[in-house]
Amino acid sequence: MFWRETYIVFRRQLRMALRNPAWVIIGLVQPILYLCLFGPLLEPLASTLGAENAYTLFVPGLLVQLGLFGALFAGFGLIAEWRAGVIEAERVTPASRTALLLGRILRDVLQLFVQGIVLIGLAFLFGLTGSILGMVFGLILTVLLGAACAAASNALALTTKSEDVMAPVINSIALPVLLLSGILLPMTIGPEWLQVVSDFMPTKYIVNAIRELFVGDFFTITTMWGVIWTIVLFAAGLYVGTRTFRKENA
Amino acid sequence: MSVAVVSVTLTSKGDQVITARGLARTFEGRGRGKQKEEVKAVAGVDIDVAEGEIVGFLGPNGAGKTTTLRMLTTLLKPTAGSATVAGYDVATQSQQVRRSIGYVSQSGSTSPEARAGEEIMDHGMLYGISQKQAESRGRELFEQLDLEGLWERQPRAMSGGQRRRLDIAMGLVHDPTLVFLDEPTTGLDPQARANLWTHIADLRTKRGATIFLTTHYLDEADALCDRILVIDHGSIVASDTPDALKKQVAGDLVSLVVADPARAAEAAELLGRIADTEVVIAESHDGFTGVSTRVRGAGHEVAGLIRGLDAAGIALESIEVRRPTLDDVFLDLTGRSLREDA
Repeated sequence: MFWRETYIVFRRQLRMALRNPAWVIIGLVQPILYLCLFGPLLEPLASTLGAENAYTLFVPGLLVQLGLFGALFAGFGLIAEWRAGVIEAERVTPASRTALLLGRILRDVLQLFVQGIVLIGLAFLFGLTGSILGMVFGLILTVLLGAACAAASNALALTTKSEDVMAPVINSIALPVLLLSGILLPMTIGPEWLQVVSDFMPTKYIVNAIRELFVGDFFTITTMWGVIWTIVLFAAGLYVGTRTFRKENA
Repeated sequence: MSVAVVSVTLTSKGDQVITARGLARTFEGRGRGKQKEEVKAVAGVDIDVAEGEIVGFLGPNGAGKTTTLRMLTTLLKPTAGSATVAGYDVATQSQQVRRSIGYVSQSGSTSPEARAGEEIMDHGMLYGISQKQAESRGRELFEQLDLEGLWERQPRAMSGGQRRRLDIAMGLVHDPTLVFLDEPTTGLDPQARANLWTHIADLRTKRGATIFLTTHYLDEADALCDRILVIDHGSIVASDTPDALKKQVAGDLVSLVVADPARAAEAAELLGRIADTEVVIAESHDGFTGVSTRVRGAGHEVAGLIRGLDAAGIALESIEVRRPTLDDVFLDLTGRSLREDA
């Protein structure tokens, strides 16, 4: 019953997303632009940064960025749905509240998954080499992180019910996360104080772990911390999300 | 004998589909200072609705109509009191309540970019109906609600009236016997409103549904409802049939417009002989003088009044006798006019 309801919500979301070609195109063009326009800048720096292949450094960062940003903005769509009365109409059915959330998150996760595959596939054309199995695990971590962010974003949307409130909140979260996670450049090249500050950013460990996975280092402390943080964030995101969706008057 | 049996079954407790006792909801708000302030949206209401009734919940915006409706439809938990809807407790058996009722909210129910047919099918499936069944139910409802040919249409490309009918179809897809409608005709043009009234009345005559609707339109409550609950500031201030409520108002409104303003006082004096309330003289904007009052059984009294005016040689521009409206009822009950909010 629960999975059927989740599937109904997911199918509806996916159908509407696919019908909007702009949405599909923008989603796919983003990673391509990063690869084409930012990748070449990193290539000559790779050896300075301690990587044999610039793309094992760069692609994991891009993956996490996709996971964070794509998903953090997912809640905006929910506000529009809430305004159209869709959320209330769904809440008055006997369907599980968790299914209403999960169906939506699955759409965001699917989008992220496709974007990730496009990104990694294209990166091969640019010269990415590394562990295929590691890349698969890296993509899984990314997807879990994206699910956490999508859940949190949906929860925030349902709580604030206003784009005007939500946009500054998300921007004030996203920018420090982007800068302190070593997404574009690894934090190790920064001064010590900056490294210390970035130690408090869970997503830094995830980026680092995905970088290790890409070069085939599966059983390192870095990888372990990344996996732990991903699971913690995933659990926390889903908890906050379901709690908000179950709450009355949300 | 058989007549007595029928009347017993009509009034027996088993036929109550909504029973609410002391249903209340307070919100925590913040006052001008930093201290918390309790806002009573609904201050303990008792509601009884029998099977097959069309009951209107009438009140100005902010009176607590929607809050009460959201409590009865399990969207909001009451802070006090209890309610049984379709035989189930709203607080502890919300799943069963949701299965039994249809709810048409005032904010709509479909995404503007979706397709109408898909929306109603998905909605039906969330009630546990199979895809096939949801489609046939949906198409049937589209036909009944004059939405034929709009199955593939996006709600944003529909007229306001079509969208409202689509919302109603969405609320009926699982064939509920109790339907809640929140401000069903707000924002519609008069023609679309009249059309929707027919469809709402059909819900009972053709489907045997019980209907509980909120409105701040008096004509709507008057046209549709067997019984009206008047709510103001979170409390029910009256509950009766539209006619009985109107009878509470002291008589029909009789308004004269006197051609010669100088003779208004004489006209008022004559009108005063049959009046049940104070006679009001008011200068109207087009230079005439209006004289009005309330008269019980005006139909009977007015003939004499006209003869009297005629004998005194007072010429009239017009005379109007108006039966009390629910607006008069509301004014009578609360001291405020509904129209100020409408």
